[in-house]
Amino acid sequence: MASDETNNILDEVTTGEYKYGFFTEVETETIPPGLSEETIRIISEKKMEPEWLLEFRLKAYRKWLTMPEPKWAHLQIPPIDFQEIIYYAAPKPKKELTSLDEVDPELLDTFNRLGISLDEQKRLSGVAVDAVFDSVSVKTTFSETLAREGIIFCSFSEAVQNHPELVKQYLGTVVPYADNYFAALNSAVFSDGSFCYIPKGVKCPVELSTYFRINAANTGQFERTLIVADEGAYVSYMEGCTAPMRDENQLHAAIVEIVAMKDAEVKYSTVQNWYPGDKEGKGGIYNFVTKRGLCKGERSRISWTQVETGSAITWKYPSCILMGDHSVGEFYSVAVTNNHQQADTGTKMIHLGKNTRSTIISKGISAGKSNNSYRGLVRVAKNAVNARNFSQCDSLLLGSQCGAHTFPYIRTENNTSIIEHEATTSKISDDQLFYCNQRGIDTESAIGLIVNGYAREVLNHLPMEFAVEAQKLLAISLEGSVG
Amino acid sequence: MLNIQDLHVQINGKEIIKGLHFSVNKGEVHAIMGPNGTGKSTLANVIAGKEQYEVTGGSITYKGLNLLDLAPEDRAREGIFLGFQYPVEIPGVSMTNFMRTAINEQRKYKGLPPMAAGDFLRYMKEKQQLVELQDKLSNRSVNEGFSGGEKKRNEIFQMAMLEPELAILDETDSGLDIDALKIVANGVNKLRRPDNATVVITHYQRLLDFIVPDFVHVLYEGRIVKSGGKELALELEEKGYEWIKGI
Repeated sequence: MASDETNNILDEVTTGEYKYGFFTEVETETIPPGLSEETIRIISEKKMEPEWLLEFRLKAYRKWLTMPEPKWAHLQIPPIDFQEIIYYAAPKPKKELTSLDEVDPELLDTFNRLGISLDEQKRLSGVAVDAVFDSVSVKTTFSETLAREGIIFCSFSEAVQNHPELVKQYLGTVVPYADNYFAALNSAVFSDGSFCYIPKGVKCPVELSTYFRINAANTGQFERTLIVADEGAYVSYMEGCTAPMRDENQLHAAIVEIVAMKDAEVKYSTVQNWYPGDKEGKGGIYNFVTKRGLCKGERSRISWTQVETGSAITWKYPSCILMGDHSVGEFYSVAVTNNHQQADTGTKMIHLGKNTRSTIISKGISAGKSNNSYRGLVRVAKNAVNARNFSQCDSLLLGSQCGAHTFPYIRTENNTSIIEHEATTSKISDDQLFYCNQRGIDTESAIGLIVNGYAREVLNHLPMEFAVEAQKLLAISLEGSVG
Repeated sequence: MLNIQDLHVQINGKEIIKGLHFSVNKGEVHAIMGPNGTGKSTLANVIAGKEQYEVTGGSITYKGLNLLDLAPEDRAREGIFLGFQYPVEIPGVSMTNFMRTAINEQRKYKGLPPMAAGDFLRYMKEKQQLVELQDKLSNRSVNEGFSGGEKKRNEIFQMAMLEPELAILDETDSGLDIDALKIVANGVNKLRRPDNATVVITHYQRLLDFIVPDFVHVLYEGRIVKSGGKELALELEEKGYEWIKGI
């Protein structure tokens, strides 16, 4: 990674605090708080959805009502009153949008402040963006350029209108609505998100990206992303997110589904920077997310890379189902917790096909009074001959009041499989800090340097422009964690 | 340049340095010798600003500044360099990135812009040759997996990069074979200039065959008990530290 940037980043460390905590004054259309079949019908109606989708939502809702909240994670989750949450909030469009000129300037300004330019002319590199503001997608860039390749990249709502057959074919096939409590909730009330389809043999020429922004108060964000890479297709997908600073907690329960057909490859990268709450642990986002990829065809490949720095509570396990023979699943994660943040995150690698391979690299960093857990499952089914897994779970502790925990589960039913698990726990020592100080590097910068060094193996898997963002975040999130 | 008056230092309530006087001028090379546990490393660490040491009395001025008021990183930026006796490993941080951060922090302190990437790499290459460290150094993590000799050479390499005004080398010779010792000494000698100074802390006279000091001091029980020219080192070698105890 370019050390030029590293240095600039470390300079910025001194500026501190959560930079994205501002609130945008836009006229917002919201529905009253509360969850019922009526709420779901309203959402569905507002989105002019076909009957089958409303049915899908209602089935999910009815299932959700029967499910208990999961309690197995190493997290302390205060009770959530689902009747107090607003399930739909959208900036009021002044009229039907056809070009960027018609997007509310307040919204454009919001995304500019977040460093996301929605102006295609002004974008430096080839990244197409779908910008989601509260419950709706504001603008998707480069859609027309991509369409020439046959690539569909649009908001989920547009996909429902324009490509209902594709949505119907794949929706809920990787994460069924009954999968878990939060997945059921999302399936009932999801508002928007991104949809992406890469046709046979097409290598997507630009990075695709969705940027999620929670703005309105008391709302939950329930987006849903569906990515389908047809035979031999390739796509690299990035997701970023921020929210204003608020004293109350806000719920974010998303679903990401990925399907990779024969010889297809999908890389999914996340830099998660939801508002983490203040130093005393007040406020912040509850980030309860279900992400799963299905390596459906032979030699397909799905890779998750995540940098988790935000959220008050993170509950998230991006997973791969390795169904196709010779398919490959990868999970690279850096999870940082500071102050009172809690994270329980990891992955599941389910080996079903022959000669399937998976790699797990997890780097946890805990500071302040936070708790950081890795939870992972490697499962090898009976027919998964010659399955291979390598897992490495490292924990880095800053200070003496934080916790790091590792919960690796391994279940194998095939004795030809090879599973390796390595784990380390380390601390940044005073001697390391003094060594850096003695070379003229102050303690904050030294921590940034050491933490970035520790996370490098994961950061190297991020697309370049994301890697820079991630490095900055790592340094900023740990500010004030020592001394 | 450096002036230490009646210095008293404690660690964990135990007094290690007990009224030490010591001064260094530009262009000079001083050697501090003495048996183990007499406060040599403590002195080096106190000058560099290591927190665990508590200064209970006396003063240290450096270039007219009250050194004890400066944070360790500011002392470094003001030109103080400590060559560590046991250089610590920092996994994942490449030497290139580490040195680049260090140099640019120093430049920022002096109001200079960061060094351009190309210039930096050329500069690094040039200084590596001084201590015969190979090119592949740049991609390796700081001191990680370095042999004892490589670690010491790496210290001298960093010293060459940072061009300190006052370098303190804490037992840089310990654990070195004769070839490595020559390389290290050669590096130090090449960096010697009329406007900088070096303090070599050593247990053995051997290093002083290669780095010829202007002054030799004997540290014993927290005080400098004898000072002299380079011949003092030879006398000490001959008579042993037992001789000091009689002084």
